[in-house]
Amino acid sequence: MSAVSKQAPLVEVEDLTVRFTGRDLDIRVVNGVSFTLDRGSSMCVLGESGSGKSVTLRALMRLFPPTATLDGRIRVDGVDVLALGENQLRQIRGGLISMIFQEPMTALDPVFTIGQQIAETLVYHEGISFRAAHARALSLLELVQVPSAKRRLEAYPHELSGGLRQRAMIALALACKPKLLLADEPTTALDATVQIQILLLLRELQHELGMATIFVTHDLGVACEVADKIAVMYAGKFVEAGSAEQIIGAPRHPYTQGLMNSTIHADMRGVKLDPIPGAPPDLTDLPPGCPFAPRCSVAREPCLGLQPELVALEGGQKARCLQYGAAPSFAHAPLLQAS
Amino acid sequence: MFVYALRRILYTIPIAIGVSLVCFALIHLAPGDPLSSVIPEGASAEMIAQIRTAYGFDRPLPVQYLKWLGHVVTGDFGTSIMTRRPVLAEVLPAVLNTLTLASAAVLFGFALGCLFGVISGYVAGTPTDRSVAAFSITGVSIPHYWLGMVLIVIFAVNLNVLPATGMGEGGSGSFGFNWDSLQYLILPALTLSVIPAGIIARAVRGTVAEVRKQDFMQTLYAKGLPGRRVFVHVVKNALPAVLAVMGLQLAQLLGGSILVETVFAWPGTGFLLNNAIFTRDLPMLQGTILVLAMFFVLINLLVDILQTAVDPRIKRA
Repeated sequence: MSAVSKQAPLVEVEDLTVRFTGRDLDIRVVNGVSFTLDRGSSMCVLGESGSGKSVTLRALMRLFPPTATLDGRIRVDGVDVLALGENQLRQIRGGLISMIFQEPMTALDPVFTIGQQIAETLVYHEGISFRAAHARALSLLELVQVPSAKRRLEAYPHELSGGLRQRAMIALALACKPKLLLADEPTTALDATVQIQILLLLRELQHELGMATIFVTHDLGVACEVADKIAVMYAGKFVEAGSAEQIIGAPRHPYTQGLMNSTIHADMRGVKLDPIPGAPPDLTDLPPGCPFAPRCSVAREPCLGLQPELVALEGGQKARCLQYGAAPSFAHAPLLQAS
Repeated sequence: MFVYALRRILYTIPIAIGVSLVCFALIHLAPGDPLSSVIPEGASAEMIAQIRTAYGFDRPLPVQYLKWLGHVVTGDFGTSIMTRRPVLAEVLPAVLNTLTLASAAVLFGFALGCLFGVISGYVAGTPTDRSVAAFSITGVSIPHYWLGMVLIVIFAVNLNVLPATGMGEGGSGSFGFNWDSLQYLILPALTLSVIPAGIIARAVRGTVAEVRKQDFMQTLYAKGLPGRRVFVHVVKNALPAVLAVMGLQLAQLLGGSILVETVFAWPGTGFLLNNAIFTRDLPMLQGTILVLAMFFVLINLLVDILQTAVDPRIKRA
């Protein structure tokens, strides 16, 4: 066991930036993200829509249109992802790394059967015959606990319920035994009861198959259900990172604290909700200082001009906020808004 | 699937009856007396009445329709007023000629349209896409009879490499798969293929670009499929919509082009129809239109069944 933990992490991301450029746009969607992930462990990236969390996830397999420019370093299982050519990239997609998507209805090809869609991945990655791949597809559907799997193999996506479709999607992603599974809001489009089932299934499969997973979600409940580590993303940067217990138990960044406060628990009836005011910043026009400052309840004057760094706190938790480890004068600066 | 096909085939019967009714009615609604060209000048009223009775025009319209329909069902389309030969004997070779021309035009036009459509669908929004769009708009807008004449001037008159008109020495009777015959096909087929090529290119471009924007494309790339396999997915998704457009274009081409067949003196249905209209040859007109309308019905049937075979979302029950 100690041998495993001494191995290099499965995923190492250093100073990743993703820019989308076009004729009249140039947006930095991800702006200097770094993290590592050990084999077999799971991480959750939390954030609002537009925070760059899905883009970070896609960067791990470079799933972008040609208008995207990636910088930094990504290593997955020793493979330098950003240096790969088209052919090698195709081999790690669906092989070493695979992905499940938010909306299983639109993420599956409507005119091919579930069996065909799972089998073709196997045919191209493992060079086996279509017939053999089809047989493997059946055992995969059984692995993800699809009832009467044999019949479902011949079904088209529109003939399945949302939950079954997502199970089929998971079976597809697991086809070539990936070491890293990426999940982009895998339960957002599902009914609440089905959400739990899918999450439990994913957690079970992760332990069973020993793969690492990275989830992207805006749902705190999902995050604490599945994650060993949590990273909170805002305006293309990690603003806080740490273990799930740290982030959920003792969030340090005002944005994370705001997220916690705007979550609904059962014992909150009658309690006034405390949402984060305002909206995420426009990525094409970021403020010079902390991008969260305009919405932050504890922002002080330096926040408007200084970009905070990710500061290491006790227990390995990190937060990107000037109140930690910054100049001592910060605490004396007046609050921008009284709340 | 089989049950659906069978039901769809049964549905064509009332459609066919409707078509025959419209076909019959249209001609009787048209102004002018169909017999005016047969009746000699200065004929007595008695003689006119006699001719009317001979052609059956003295009976009430419903009776005429039923009688005509009864004959049509048994393959008797009546006798041409002008040539005094059975209509079917005139229509069938013409249909065959038009079929030859249309097939060649379709082969060329659809291939070209699909090629350009797929290319610009894949590069939607780029200069290449815009030049293909310009090409297809030009293709759709050029009057094809004019293009036909220009082609004749260039290839037959100036370069003298291809024959200008007709189907060859033996006419349609000796037309075969050899250069002597096929060289007559090239110019009219090329002329006829330009509009379908443009229309198909635009339809394919739109559908392919639409399919490529779907979420599942990302899944296909995330699975690590090579481009050629992704293309198979694009084609199968785009096919139903493109088939519908192709079916309509094919049916239109089978109807024969009066203008192009006249320019190239190609003895097809368009040519026949043109003659029948100008000579007020009523049985001929009815017979030709009915045969052409039936082609439309048949091709629609074919497209429907093909679409269902390709796209599982179209209800099969």
